[in-house]
Amino acid sequence: MIRRRLGAALASIVWLGVSALAQTPPPGQAPPGQEGFVPITQLPPAQQLPAAPYLIAAYAFIWVALLAYLFSIWRRLGRVEQEMRSLEQRSRKGGAR
Amino acid sequence: MRRLFLPLLIVTAGMFAYAPVAIANAPYESTMLLIQKIFYFHVPSWIALTASITVCGVASAIYLFTGSAVADRYAVAGAELTTLFGAFGLVTGMLWARKAWGIWWEWDARLTMALMLELVFVGYLMVRKFAGPGAEKLSAAMGIFGAATAPFIYKSVDWWRTIHPKTSVVRSLGETSPEMYSALLFCTAAFLMLFALLLSARVTLEHQRAALDELYLAEEE
Repeated sequence: MIRRRLGAALASIVWLGVSALAQTPPPGQAPPGQEGFVPITQLPPAQQLPAAPYLIAAYAFIWVALLAYLFSIWRRLGRVEQEMRSLEQRSRKGGAR
Repeated sequence: MRRLFLPLLIVTAGMFAYAPVAIANAPYESTMLLIQKIFYFHVPSWIALTASITVCGVASAIYLFTGSAVADRYAVAGAELTTLFGAFGLVTGMLWARKAWGIWWEWDARLTMALMLELVFVGYLMVRKFAGPGAEKLSAAMGIFGAATAPFIYKSVDWWRTIHPKTSVVRSLGETSPEMYSALLFCTAAFLMLFALLLSARVTLEHQRAALDELYLAEEE
């Protein structure tokens, strides 16, 4: 009974060792970064920041800011003209009395 | 200007509607690719800022030396448009930098001076709003000094070492890429017309405010 168990344990250790060896890269291929870092000047395209969101954000900002500014001029003009109208009405009423 | 306003508005709207087509048809830059297309609104924003800062500086000087109320109205309109176009240039520049340089901001000569210019004109508008009597003269002095910094900012990329593209990039574009250059000229023309329209609208607002003040004075008398 003990022999069988020892035999199974030995077999599983051997099997684990073989499978671990199978996963280890061959001597010529070390895992990335293990042997040292290799510098490159350009990132591969898949790793780079996508440009489109920045481009869209830039143009969208200009449009939104421009519309907001136009709205602010229109509102300020409207307020001044309304004040002028009410002032003219007041002066007309004062003149009539 | 009132007669020209509507035709100018129609032409400008048409140009801005066509601008995306002109930008899309322009070729890509070999190293920056898609992000370089920000250039077609970024550079015209600064050119429009140059126009508005010139109006502000010249009108401020006229106001200080002659006391002309009309010049003061042009000065305040020019200052407000300077902050608007400055914000366009700074924000689009930051978005470009994030992709092209990998950073949002760099404290180099060109970028720092451009930010300082924006802050000077934000200060101008705050003085105008909160400084009370005499704010016109104080802000006129700020307008003159703010405008005086513009040539230094333009030449900063040639005089000091910065990561920003040099002025020669735009100057030589006509030879290196006529398609890019024509798209840039088209967008610049659209931005300058937009500047003229906004200046006209903003000066009209100042004229109306002055007319309202006169009505109040007449009522008090």
